[in-house]
Amino acid sequence: MIELWQNWDLRYLAPAFIGGTGVAIVSGPLGAMMVWRRLAYFGDTLSHSGLLGITLALALHINITLGVCAIALLVALGLLGLQQKLLVASDTLLGLLSHTTLALGLLILATMERIQVDVLGFLYGDILALTWQDVGWIYLGGVIVILLLMRLWQSLLRVTVDPDLAQVEGVPVKRVQATYLLLLAIVVAVAIKIVGVLLITALLLIPATTARPWAHSPEKMAVYASIFGIISVMVGIISSHFWDVPTGPAIVVSSTFLLLITLCIKK
Amino acid sequence: MSPTPTPLIEVNQVSLLDGSRFLLQDISLTLQANQIVSLVGPNGAGKTSLVKVILGLTLPTTGKVTRRAGLRVGYMPQKILIEPLFPLTVQGFLQLGQTCSKPTLQAILEEVGVTHVLQQPLRSVSGGEFQRVLLARALLRQPELLVLDEPAQGVDLIGQGELYDLIAKVRERYHCGILLVSHDLNMVMAQTDIVVCLNQHICCSGHPDKVSRDPAFAALFGKTAQAVAFYTHRHDHHHDVHGQVITQDKDKHD
Repeated sequence: MIELWQNWDLRYLAPAFIGGTGVAIVSGPLGAMMVWRRLAYFGDTLSHSGLLGITLALALHINITLGVCAIALLVALGLLGLQQKLLVASDTLLGLLSHTTLALGLLILATMERIQVDVLGFLYGDILALTWQDVGWIYLGGVIVILLLMRLWQSLLRVTVDPDLAQVEGVPVKRVQATYLLLLAIVVAVAIKIVGVLLITALLLIPATTARPWAHSPEKMAVYASIFGIISVMVGIISSHFWDVPTGPAIVVSSTFLLLITLCIKK
Repeated sequence: MSPTPTPLIEVNQVSLLDGSRFLLQDISLTLQANQIVSLVGPNGAGKTSLVKVILGLTLPTTGKVTRRAGLRVGYMPQKILIEPLFPLTVQGFLQLGQTCSKPTLQAILEEVGVTHVLQQPLRSVSGGEFQRVLLARALLRQPELLVLDEPAQGVDLIGQGELYDLIAKVRERYHCGILLVSHDLNMVMAQTDIVVCLNQHICCSGHPDKVSRDPAFAALFGKTAQAVAFYTHRHDHHHDVHGQVITQDKDKHD
């Protein structure tokens, strides 16, 4: 009887629930924007660069979230610059950067014998290991992202519709695009602990795609994406608790399951 | 009106290079208020490049573009691709970044002839309707200069005539300058004040009557040029966006 009761003691999951919810909230609008702007592969590249950020941060003894954020931002800005210089299709360029940074990260990780780190934890995330300090970082980053996003929302939508039209109408297109990349870099940095380097884009993409059939305006789609994200995080954490499966993949599979249900209900 | 009003836009000896290739060569032209200037030329003549330079989207390699201070520009791009996952209605599109009341929206859509699409998803409207919605957005800004890049693209022939008539009406109503890009000589010749014939450089320009007799114009467009020169189109009836006939006298069609 006592063991059965203990199984229902979910208190140790509180940081995971609260942190995961925070990440899901910011992922909603940002993920929707990613889908609209066809930046899914771009998000992948940013998150793969996250491993390089983590290892560099470990090597230099700086905060991991800051390290990831810095590297992701560098990669994002590098991409913007290179895209105008090189005559390479952008998916080629993304693949190039994505795998180079991932490989570099793994190499540096391998050379750091002293530091015992859980590589799988970085690749697939370890939300159950979230501390209250991590949760603090998530909400700090989250509030910054949401505030900036609210200020930029209309401009971003206009750039999404047509960059030239937006520019003619007086939207500072380059600055808006660069700021979006900054926001994406922040989200990647805070989300890496939740679902890991390999699965972050899923948390951005899948809830947004799920939200689409339910929404008739960009704003509704962004909010619904957050809600579907929160549900996925909850279901993922709970199933990982009861069936002892890794949480990150469980969250992603839950979100895919929500998408499938949606597709069945909505035509 | 003063005899020499400040031009809306003055393009002065502009050249644009892509590597060592000239996209535009030594272009000079002036856009005035209340005047329709048409930019014609074959594919690859640099029409869109010139429009982008005029709009300030591209910086010219040499030369200068002067805009009148505080100029309000309405722009209708050649094509806008809306991602299927982007849930934007026509109303949402028209209200992006600008606040306007529903009656204003209704009125502007009525002006361009597509009131029925207000609540529809932007993706689901037809080519002709989409062009009119784009025009509506440009007009909402009360433009002093309207730049239309291939406005009749993807619109059937009858719809094209309607669209060009609409553009002529817009000029009368808003007294704005209009820069019209087209490869459709028929329509252009009938409705414009100045034709600029572009093929990297300006081959010839001036009033349609004059341009159509210019040997450079004939050389650029070949035989089609003579066939269209004095086209003016007349309708005894006209069509709405769906191609349905609208007549004054309904009995005739019973």
